[in-house]
Amino acid sequence: MSEAGAAVHAEHEREGFVRHYIFSKDHKMIGRQFLFAGLVMLIVGGLLAMMIRWQLGWPETPLPITGLFSEEFWDGDSWLAQTLPYGTITSEFYNALFSMHATIMIFFVVVPIMVGAFGNFLVPIMIGARDMAFPTLNMLSFWTAVPAYILILLSFFVPGGAAAAGWTSYSPLAAVPDYLGVAGPWGVNLWCISLIILGFSSLMGSINYITTIVNMRAPGMTWFRLPLIVWAIFIVSILLLLAFPVLTAALGMLLFDRLFGTHFFLPEGGGDPLLWQHLFWFFGHPEVYILVLPAMGVTSEILPVFARKPIFGYRAMVYSMIAIAFLSWIVWGHHMFQSGMDPALGTAFTLTTMIIAVPSAIKTFNWLGTLWGGSIRFPTPMLFALGFVFLFTIGGLSGIFMASTPVDIFIHDTYYIVAHIHYVVAGIIFGIFAAIYYWFPKMFGRMLNETLGKIHFFLTFVFFNLTFFPMHFLGVGGHMRRIYNPLHYEFLEPLQGINVFISVMALCLGASQLFFLANFLWSLFFGRRASENPWQANTLEWTAPSPPPHGNFLTAPVVYRGPYEYSSPEVAEDWLPQTRRVEVASAGGHG
Amino acid sequence: MLSWLPEGVSTYARDIDLVFYVIYYITGFVFVLVTVLLVWFLIKYRRQEGRPAVYSHGNTMLELVWTIVPAMVFITLSLVSQSTWARIKAFAPPGDVEVRVVAKQFGWEFHYPGPDGRFDTEDDKMFEGELHVPVNKVVRLYLRSQDVIHSVFIPNVRLKQDAVPGREILAWFEATKPGRYEIPCAELCGPGHSGMKGWLTVLSAEEYRQWVEAQWPAS
Ligand code: HEM
Ligand SMILES: [Cu+2]
Ligand SMILES: [Cu+2]
Repeated sequence: MSEAGAAVHAEHEREGFVRHYIFSKDHKMIGRQFLFAGLVMLIVGGLLAMMIRWQLGWPETPLPITGLFSEEFWDGDSWLAQTLPYGTITSEFYNALFSMHATIMIFFVVVPIMVGAFGNFLVPIMIGARDMAFPTLNMLSFWTAVPAYILILLSFFVPGGAAAAGWTSYSPLAAVPDYLGVAGPWGVNLWCISLIILGFSSLMGSINYITTIVNMRAPGMTWFRLPLIVWAIFIVSILLLLAFPVLTAALGMLLFDRLFGTHFFLPEGGGDPLLWQHLFWFFGHPEVYILVLPAMGVTSEILPVFARKPIFGYRAMVYSMIAIAFLSWIVWGHHMFQSGMDPALGTAFTLTTMIIAVPSAIKTFNWLGTLWGGSIRFPTPMLFALGFVFLFTIGGLSGIFMASTPVDIFIHDTYYIVAHIHYVVAGIIFGIFAAIYYWFPKMFGRMLNETLGKIHFFLTFVFFNLTFFPMHFLGVGGHMRRIYNPLHYEFLEPLQGINVFISVMALCLGASQLFFLANFLWSLFFGRRASENPWQANTLEWTAPSPPPHGNFLTAPVVYRGPYEYSSPEVAEDWLPQTRRVEVASAGGHG
Repeated sequence: MLSWLPEGVSTYARDIDLVFYVIYYITGFVFVLVTVLLVWFLIKYRRQEGRPAVYSHGNTMLELVWTIVPAMVFITLSLVSQSTWARIKAFAPPGDVEVRVVAKQFGWEFHYPGPDGRFDTEDDKMFEGELHVPVNKVVRLYLRSQDVIHSVFIPNVRLKQDAVPGREILAWFEATKPGRYEIPCAELCGPGHSGMKGWLTVLSAEEYRQWVEAQWPAS
């Protein structure tokens, strides 16, 4: 440790504070920056969700903040008094709440944490490289994202408020400022601009990951010895590289429609509202796999470590990710079954959508196969990874309902979709927590507290399911998504009890995250110091000091085998690092 | 879970619900299977002194099974879905009653062609938010929108179809039970989206005749 500590320290002095912590080119520091940015946005997005649930549970009841301020304050024209009159959520603000909640969670939390933070931190070190292929581009990628973050947050405060046309911004609602009925056009404009900027950031990141993984693998690190998380980031980078420009183009067109009078998506000038949907979902469906593949990768890293067993069907895991990557381009129409698109196309998209569920099924069964015959331990990262497997199973299965065109007639645009989204996308947050609990020791050189971690897991798991599972019932009951007040409808009155229940559970789910916040902040400064390899894991990052110094490795690693050689008969211990040379006739193992 | 479904009151509601049930039982079975295996493995293979993990990289046979079986199930489900979908969305039967639905922020207009059976003539009549149809007759709806995208949703009928500006989209249903049913808008269409709704009134043949007579007296 002292050696590494000295190295880190020397690095500090050479670089100075700004170069080290702010405009850093070190992939690990950039990874940490993305992590902090993503976690801050997770808090913001979570608070928006709490407000959404407040409104749905107790429609048009003032938030419990009303009493904090005086009558004069609420009569005044401060931002808060205007946005939340007497603490009550208006329908305009409600639409902004769910639009921004989804935008923030998808674009500013999951991708930055999974790809930006863990991609950055892990890719070079897990393939045995000293850094990314283009460290300056890497720094630029983070600092290009920063204005996107600032603009999206700022958009709450412009006249008319933040974007309120949904995270999908269907046109003409989003293309004509007047249709949103708010005092100014800048919410959606800033939404477009922010995402366009974010697109450039992700482009720089993905080129960097692809180049790094192709060119900078350590001697012996063949493609089929790559850890599955690296495969996931590799495939996700390709998807990002190809998908995000489509969104950027569509956003540009939308912005032109709004600002310069073009009619790409407006029928009165010869445009077509469905064109937006095709472009958006052509990006949007690959995007959902961009979100989930890294979480699958994290799970595939963690299950073998704590089952002390090789991953079941390594190659099938890789091939199924590749299959997902290809198929994800030809399923987008399943979001448009009821849109007015030719019903014959619907049939084709049902078939492709059903087929893309196959690789997801393979992965789930392979995870079960990994657990079979293991010697399983249950530290917090393992609990969250198992939680992800369970939630993903539910989310994948609920997708089958929507993939079936006739069933989708009924459940499209209902809470059934909301349940599905959250079992998959919010389930990814379990993957994120698993990754944080697992790699925190490497990232920050200290351990997270296990007891707090376990409490955090159990509360989160229980309240997550109590929050999101009943949403299936609402959807089956016909409860539309994106409605401000369910009591506007007679047929939804009998369902209001479920809404209240969900809201209470959601507030508990939100409150449970305080255990994580406390644990994270406390451990950052006072956690037990982490050893080099606290989990007795095989992959290369655990051969570097915790935290690794600039350049990562004290001696350049050479790789002799695949990443999941646990309980190998070749050695007495139940783990066999990728870098360890074994002097036996049969050296090399699998892979 | 499916007991939450609103009562189905159209000819195709039963078909949709049937596919719903088929998928529900299949996915329900898979869910129970995976969960039971997961929990069972976690208990059975928890760490125990002196019992090392099995050193195994997989089993090709098993992997083939769990690739091919789901693939066959999923392809079958697509085929099962296909015929119902085509009947509902692709091949609309000739209409006994035809209504033009014009969606706008924030309500439905129902235009009836009147006794001459043709739209855009003198005897057309428009009803704000009220759709009257006879039971056991095919009703054709021609969906238009004046401004943004809306979506006609009649939960009891199992009908959902977006109304897109710049297009006319055909939807149809045949109600099987007289009564009053809500018609919410299912697609976010602006600040008044919540509460944008109309009512479908399904009348017996006799009641419908009387209603028509009351609306177009002279004819
Ligand atoms: C495994 C098989 C899956 C199938 C068969 C499936 C199927 C579908 C279908 C058909 C829809 C459109 C439903 C509708 O709007 O009527 C949908 C929506 C959605 N899916 Fe999936 N899905 C699967 C997995 C995933 C995964 C892994 C993710 C994300 C990580 C995901 C995220 C979403 C999201 C975010 C939406 C809603 C988008 C919106 O309208 O706002 N799905 N899914
Ligand atoms: Cu999709
Ligand atoms: Cu609407």
